[in-house]
Amino acid sequence: MKFLTTNFLKCPIKACDTSNDNFPLQFDGGKCQLVQDESIEFNPEFLLNIIDRVDWDALLKVAGELGNVNLPPKKPTFPCTVPQLTDVGMAVLNDLHIMLLQTSITEGEMKCRNCGHIYYIKNGIPNLLLPPHLV
Amino acid sequence: MKKYLLYMVQVHLNFRKAELESLADLYNLSIDFSQYDVDSPFFVVELENDQQARDWIKRSILTRGIYEYWGQGATLDELHQDIKRQSNFEQDLQEKFKHSTFKFEFECYKGNSKANRIKQIETFRYLDFEGKIDMKHPQEVFTVVEEYTPVSENIGGKIPTRIFFGRQIQMSDRSAMEKYDLKKRPYKGTTSFEAELSLVSANIAQVKPGTVMYDPFAGTGSFLVAGGHYGSLVVGSDIDGRMIRGKGAQVNISANFKKYDESSQFLDVLTMDFTHNALRSSLEIDTILCDPPYGIRESIKVLGAKDPERFAGKEDLEIDGEKAYLRRDYIPTKKPYALDSLLDDLLQYSSERLPINGRLAFWMPTANDANIETIVPMHENLELKYNCVQEFNKWSRRLLVYINRGDTFNGPSNHGLKRSKDDFRERYFNNFN
Repeated sequence: MKFLTTNFLKCPIKACDTSNDNFPLQFDGGKCQLVQDESIEFNPEFLLNIIDRVDWDALLKVAGELGNVNLPPKKPTFPCTVPQLTDVGMAVLNDLHIMLLQTSITEGEMKCRNCGHIYYIKNGIPNLLLPPHLV
Repeated sequence: MKKYLLYMVQVHLNFRKAELESLADLYNLSIDFSQYDVDSPFFVVELENDQQARDWIKRSILTRGIYEYWGQGATLDELHQDIKRQSNFEQDLQEKFKHSTFKFEFECYKGNSKANRIKQIETFRYLDFEGKIDMKHPQEVFTVVEEYTPVSENIGGKIPTRIFFGRQIQMSDRSAMEKYDLKKRPYKGTTSFEAELSLVSANIAQVKPGTVMYDPFAGTGSFLVAGGHYGSLVVGSDIDGRMIRGKGAQVNISANFKKYDESSQFLDVLTMDFTHNALRSSLEIDTILCDPPYGIRESIKVLGAKDPERFAGKEDLEIDGEKAYLRRDYIPTKKPYALDSLLDDLLQYSSERLPINGRLAFWMPTANDANIETIVPMHENLELKYNCVQEFNKWSRRLLVYINRGDTFNGPSNHGLKRSKDDFRERYFNNFN
């Protein structure tokens, strides 16, 4: 499961929708195995569009849980198109590429901050299925 | 405005115009389809410039290419006369390419001539091109497109009945069919969708670069691959974890993206029940493209107990001092679900999650009984834009494409109505007899 996906997943239990704690899910850094796939190509134009969708506060939270405390506290602002990017901007974008798209969690656990239900990541695939009493 | 010749393929005709319209709309091109003829592979059309022609056709699957129109005739002589007659012949067509390197090509539809092609090319001498002939990297490709009347279904004609001449502007994306051919795909299954129509589906759904596409019934990821090809960040989910897991690191959905060199487009596949969705509601999903389960090869299931009494109190079950349902190896039970309800859920979800003018496209199979009307699911916020049918012998499937028009649309709805027959699966395996 790519790091970016942690920014898209909430607890699927409907009762948790009324809580603000159902997103992002909480990661136990000690139980998560991270790998980096350097072969995933950096596409700045594509990433500029995707960064728009990132919830920065959630990203900070999860990155902290997984041991990365070097992110800027506020979402960096980027120009709309790649040619307008400064060298510094490009470097920041590349760092985000490494974290969001090249890094993935192969094994681990994530927990709803509201209800405490645990979801497992197995062989890189998150399992968000629920037992009958929670559906 | 300038004239262009669009050379199309004569297959999947129920999808061809939908693809052309959708791609035109995607690039904000207004195209007059009044001369479009479903029975012909040729469409002479007016556009403002070459860039428009390139935009329109570069990702098309159901066309071959688009050419700057220089003329047409029933014979080569008539063609030459027609070319010379074009009002812009000298200053716009001939002069501009006088010094370009070039080559000639022939395209033949439903036949093949045995004529000496070199001699035929020499009849274009009056064009007075002074540039060098370059067979490998010419600046311009001039194409003679010949239409034949075939002798029979399998035997092509020998003498063309209509000849077009034009300058190649843009070849279509049809070669992608080869690249994504299922035969060459590392991971596939019985429910994998063929390359051609999955790419066409992505075009009609207007999957765009740098956007998010979601397939809630991802299976082996056929539509994810198609969406990735058009530059979208694709995410899929499926209640059946075995399907999306594949058969090891070299034979799974991720391996498919690696093979196609499009790993950066692939976000993830999630083991998830679409009706108990974990994608946060503030996440914009631009396109939803899928082939829902119809209970043919896989039965329709959602989370929950078929027999709730049997599961009463099971949540208290503990194994080694741990709640059983919180263990890593816990497998939740599933229950059957009605197709109509699943499609209602899909439309409702799309109306909530797609941006205004965002598209939902999905496939739906139906039996071809003359006396049974196919009822297409409808939602009050979604405009049904296309209903493209692919006919098989005794059944058919259709691509339904909806556009989210928002709360004020007030379209017809058949939410909650029983629309489909229960016995499609049984009848499918009995060959609809």
